[in-house]
Amino acid sequence: MTAGQVTVPLPAALDEIAQDFAALSARDRLTMLLDFSDGLPELPQRYSAHAELLERVDECQSPLFLVVEVESAGDAATPKEATVRLFFQAPPEAPTTRGFAGILREGLDGLTVGEVLAVPDDAPYRFGLAEAVSPLRLRGMVAMLSRIKRQVRLKSAA
Amino acid sequence: MAVAVDANRKFTDYAHPERLVSTGWLAGRLADGTVGTRNLVVLESDEDVLLYDTGHIPGAVKIDWHTDLNDPVTRDYVNGERFAQVLGERGIGRDTTVVIYGDKSNWWAAYALWVFTLFAHEDVRLLDGGRAKWVAEGREITREVPSQLPVDYPVVERNDAPIRAFKDDVLAHIGQPMVDVRSPGEFSGELLHMPDYPQEGAMRGGHIPGARSVPWARAAAEDGTFKSRADLEAIYLTEQGLAPSDDVVAYCRIGERSSHTWFVLTHLLGFEKVRNYDGSWTEWGNAVRVPIEVDAK
Repeated sequence: MTAGQVTVPLPAALDEIAQDFAALSARDRLTMLLDFSDGLPELPQRYSAHAELLERVDECQSPLFLVVEVESAGDAATPKEATVRLFFQAPPEAPTTRGFAGILREGLDGLTVGEVLAVPDDAPYRFGLAEAVSPLRLRGMVAMLSRIKRQVRLKSAA
Repeated sequence: MAVAVDANRKFTDYAHPERLVSTGWLAGRLADGTVGTRNLVVLESDEDVLLYDTGHIPGAVKIDWHTDLNDPVTRDYVNGERFAQVLGERGIGRDTTVVIYGDKSNWWAAYALWVFTLFAHEDVRLLDGGRAKWVAEGREITREVPSQLPVDYPVVERNDAPIRAFKDDVLAHIGQPMVDVRSPGEFSGELLHMPDYPQEGAMRGGHIPGARSVPWARAAAEDGTFKSRADLEAIYLTEQGLAPSDDVVAYCRIGERSSHTWFVLTHLLGFEKVRNYDGSWTEWGNAVRVPIEVDAK
């Protein structure tokens, strides 16, 4: 960040992850990224049996699929108050990609539509990972975030 | 101190059998305690920077093409000081035998081996079949990272000229043997990037004029091992009409798949002068006013 530039804040859960990463050395950041990879939940059956419902993120070096659900918040609520649910699928041979997905899932799942859409597009660069995994590889996470936001917009009509 | 070569019969047919080891040979060196000593260091070099961390061959140390072998600022390889540091901290001395293996049929392992060759590290070998073969055979995998005792590796000046071609070298080389190892769609100009890798695209599609299309994977068997010498000769000599005395340039997109072909031509078939053009299509396809050939539709 350039001094004087206004930085759009991250949602609380994502910010906490960013601070956890920031406190670590580059090597330990990789270990934490591996924890996120290991912890990425399996797809629920309604998706694992229906791969066609998932969107492929082509920008990732390894195949990653994702799908967003927007849960209605009831009649009185505005579209922006609906809850976002995130589901990802990536093979175990692609741990970096899985790790990126794990961060986004832990940081964004359960937020409202409005909160997800407000996540700054440069969020992937705030985990100190460029140094640990190289900036080129981080592009996959940027693409995941932009596709998540696009699906949220589409499915919430926000 | 170099470690004895793998006497595997498949390898003895190759021009330089000492450049390959089998999974069985490596398992033997693990069992006799040679791996991780000053005599033998095993490196894993993958496309995915975290794959090693999910589990690797016991005693193996990670080396990453991006963060360890590429300069962080200039598009180039690391210099002699940095190379000495990267190897030294992995317990590698100038006379250590290094065995490299990796994912994706050893693309990145071959790439690392090629970079080691820029620094003239003498004894560097590939594990035939790479990571996938070791795993498929149900051999031991661990997450335990070995603690290597740092070793002094000398600062050696990189010598690019014999095995590395730059854009101007390639321009001057047009008309002489050139091998494009990308997928057929990338070669024809139909695709601006490798299938599944759009982030490494180019402004223009096609190939360098006169280049022959020989996708890298033709040199690999189903299980990721290298094909036999006879099978490789049928492709590169008989079908493509290349001769071991030819001056050959190989390229792909960023130089990793062509490292695989460079290894095949140089070490398995004994070609005397093969250069890898690591700028490859991400440079040529974006460069201003270089000639390009596109296949007629």
